[in-house]
Amino acid sequence: MTEESSVKLHGFWASPYVQRAVLALKIKGIDFEYIEEDLSNKSESLLKYNPVYKKVPVLVHNGKPISESLVILEYIDEVWTDSPHLLPTDPYLRAKHRFWVAFFEPLFETMFTTLVTEGETQKTVLDELLEKMDVAEQGMKEIFPNGVPPFEEQKPGYLDIVFYSLYGTHEAADEILGKKFLTVERYPLFVSWVNALKQVPEVNQVTPSIPKFVGLLHAIRQRSASPKA
Amino acid sequence: MTEENSVKLHGFWASPFAMRPVFALKVKGIDFEYIEEDLSNKSESLLKYNPVHKKVPVLVHNGKPISESLIILEYIDEIWTDPPHLLPKDPYLRAKHRFWADFFDPTILKTLLAEGEAQKMVLDELLEKMDVAEEGLKEIFPNGVPPFEEQKPGYLDIVFYSLYGTHEAAELIFGKKFLTVERYPLLVSWVNALKQVPEVNEVTPSIPKFVELLHSIIRQRSVPPKA
Repeated sequence: MTEESSVKLHGFWASPYVQRAVLALKIKGIDFEYIEEDLSNKSESLLKYNPVYKKVPVLVHNGKPISESLVILEYIDEVWTDSPHLLPTDPYLRAKHRFWVAFFEPLFETMFTTLVTEGETQKTVLDELLEKMDVAEQGMKEIFPNGVPPFEEQKPGYLDIVFYSLYGTHEAADEILGKKFLTVERYPLFVSWVNALKQVPEVNQVTPSIPKFVGLLHAIRQRSASPKA
Repeated sequence: MTEENSVKLHGFWASPFAMRPVFALKVKGIDFEYIEEDLSNKSESLLKYNPVHKKVPVLVHNGKPISESLIILEYIDEIWTDPPHLLPKDPYLRAKHRFWADFFDPTILKTLLAEGEAQKMVLDELLEKMDVAEEGLKEIFPNGVPPFEEQKPGYLDIVFYSLYGTHEAAELIFGKKFLTVERYPLLVSWVNALKQVPEVNEVTPSIPKFVELLHSIIRQRSVPPKA
């Protein structure tokens, strides 16, 4: 990579937001340098490139930083204009895909809260999550009127990437919750979607190890539970 | 308007989110039919066009609905490709404008509807966010905010104005000015420059009417739940 065409991504292995950017770059076949950040000891570069939020992911393209995962995905699609495209070309379809991505966005916080709480709190938040998922299970039929196709010719795009970053590690969530939540009885479309995505080679490359992910969630749960003196 | 080119916008006069597409359509000179919704009695159309959220704004273009204010702005810019453009052409600048539009989340609205200690805390949070914006926006306006004469307001200006254009109403609710020129010279010059834009008068709600609405919402929220 020359300075004229350098692509770097600052990330953290367990972050679903980072996963989006990595998956997009891999799907589009863009060479990039990945920089793993220690979130308890952030690099000078990260703090310089994202002074507002100090978070990952940050894409640095030819020395210029772009932050916020969805902004990064749109940027990637606009700079690297060869196929595969992340968003459809038709403006109405683009609006629909962005609409469902916006629908899934708050569910990340909800999912995270579910995974780091327990008892009644966990149950309440989980129910809220499942009800939202019911709405999406219904509503997504407009995106997949004939069911989810295999991702062979058509590579995963913007909406698939955001969906996978939320549900790709569902086995880890199942372990924490002590039961499956993404059941085929209640969410047949979601289940077929996640399974179709898992057949895509690039998707496997970006999915964190489930045991490692569960370990991290347990560590976060313990930190939240232990009262500070 | 023919059926081949019909543009309707379902909105609510006081909604900053509904203001955004109205402002964008006017800036771009697009003819549209505006439908005022009574949010306590939403129209059949609204519920049909936005079944997921049942909210305004909804743009209906040739019978096809688009919801979510920022998504509507992007759609408008992609369909009506003549200038003025809402977003810059350069991808890096587009990313910067989208970043800052996302930064201006509706913290100010939470602040307007809170009371007492809760309001004070949320207001402090808001002011700190505005400090960050005041600094960070220097990358957008390296030479200060220009007058909006040749260059019309765009995506980021519209989002900013939708939240801060009614700051006088917020000040009446808080009981003090918060958008002060001492602390926020850039934000103040930005809002003032936008107020000179002709279309702005057509989209800004009446401040007394807006204050009255906010008061009635606050009153309704403090009514104790029925036994």
